[in-house]
Amino acid sequence: MKSFSYERATDARAAVAAASADGAKFISGGTNLLDLMKLDVETPSRLVDISRLPLRGVEELPDGGLRIGAQASNSEVAADAAVRSRYPVLSEALVSGASGQLRNMASTGGNLLQRTRCPYFQDTAADCNKRDPGSGCSAIGGLNRAHAVLGASDSCIATHPSDMAVALAVLDAEIELLGADQAVRRVAVTGFYRLPGDTPHIETVLGPGELITGVLLPPPPPGRQRYRKVRDRASYEFALVSVAAVVSVERGTIVGARVALGGVAPKPWRSTEAETALTGRPATMGTYRAAAEAAMAGAVGRGHNDFKIDLARRTLCRTLAQLAGAAEEAG
Amino acid sequence: MSDPDAGPAGPRSGAADPQGTGPGPTGSGSAVPHGTGPNGTGPSRTGRPTAIRLNVNERVRQLDVDPRTSLLDALREHLRLSGTKKGCDHGQCGACTVLVNGRRVNSCLTLAVMHEDDDIVTIEGLGDPDHLHPLQRAFVENDAFQCGYCTPGQICSAVGMLAEVAAGWPSHATADVASPRIAPTDAEIRERMSGNICRCAAYPNIVAAIRDTARGGPA
Repeated sequence: MKSFSYERATDARAAVAAASADGAKFISGGTNLLDLMKLDVETPSRLVDISRLPLRGVEELPDGGLRIGAQASNSEVAADAAVRSRYPVLSEALVSGASGQLRNMASTGGNLLQRTRCPYFQDTAADCNKRDPGSGCSAIGGLNRAHAVLGASDSCIATHPSDMAVALAVLDAEIELLGADQAVRRVAVTGFYRLPGDTPHIETVLGPGELITGVLLPPPPPGRQRYRKVRDRASYEFALVSVAAVVSVERGTIVGARVALGGVAPKPWRSTEAETALTGRPATMGTYRAAAEAAMAGAVGRGHNDFKIDLARRTLCRTLAQLAGAAEEAG
Repeated sequence: MSDPDAGPAGPRSGAADPQGTGPGPTGSGSAVPHGTGPNGTGPSRTGRPTAIRLNVNERVRQLDVDPRTSLLDALREHLRLSGTKKGCDHGQCGACTVLVNGRRVNSCLTLAVMHEDDDIVTIEGLGDPDHLHPLQRAFVENDAFQCGYCTPGQICSAVGMLAEVAAGWPSHATADVASPRIAPTDAEIRERMSGNICRCAAYPNIVAAIRDTARGGPA
């Protein structure tokens, strides 16, 4: 590991000022950053520890929503009573990720900013446009079973690995940011991530030193919520495909639907195409299949990951069928 | 917290740190009470040393570490607490699991300098051969290991996990995450312990040991 200086931030403004320096990075849970530093994929010269900033709480908002502090751990958010009862898709997504130990360490902000688990990104001997811009992409034409089928480019086919972010996308969450100019702004989770295009090393809209201070959830949408994750192992494994969905059914008709996909794209993939194909339609398998076709219409397989296109369709159909059935039963 | 010069405060702290009472051959660890400044020990092996104070197994320990030092390496190499094991060193195997402020974490994926004044419990702080922790006893009774390398991490993880169950935290095995009560079923135990790998595959007996402990009361 390359050497670095270490400092502990005592307030968010000082943290942002410190992290605006060249080579500086925030560290919170450290579960992804330290792993990548051991691999020499990340080589910060200065670490600004934000783990003790007073940004841990989960608070009710006057509009009926929720504010999650960026330093709240994944396990604290998953276990929060308000999250579990009103945003179960978020709790389900969180407990489907990583291990108990890692969820105790990982912060909400860090989860959003975790890097891809593409093995070529993690291997400094491989070509990777994300790690080393212009070097090429070893995953294209390589072992790309885990890679993206939506939103990728000829420069990069890496996926974003977060489960939590997929649930946040379906909940219309916003990310609260504190900038180097000390200004606060909010960005929708769906607009926070950038598609790779020909600059896969630029992953988000964050400016230099900008700090995630919280995540804002609007009041929960009507309907039933579900996060379904498909992976190679039953536990402690990244998604091949995941679906976060919220479905509301009245008298056999879908009156509201939200769909986001994980494991298939460089960002949590909200599918407005699927939502349009569902809304106002009968809650039948024919409708779910049409929505799945719409969601995956632009999908491009790269060989080893071709199976993901059909797996995503079937995972979406099954999730929608279960949700619509439960929503109908609940009346 | 506890003053190391005052001797063991109870059976649990008395079990702590059988070999770590002073600096080892290469370590810079030493025990000082809270409020005492740097104790003048030399720099750690590489880089610029940083003085930190950890509360390990109910004893205050002050040491100088390179900022790159993981909590795992601080425990093993500086404080000579070798019960905590290094397996993968990448958060994948769970052999390095310890409790920090009561929560189980992978000590390989966190920096020692980030844990100033934190309460850390390792396997040495849970029990010793004369005063076994209930989970240690259950692992012996259930033959819940073969080579034993993953065992300290398994036991520290299980202690943290049972506290999470008692607090009503949901898991991926919980049918309804909104349910406030969690039953420690085998499915829940297996899911919640998935961060601890056992390459001897002693899993059935590990689950049995944890199940016995869960049913016998809090760990």
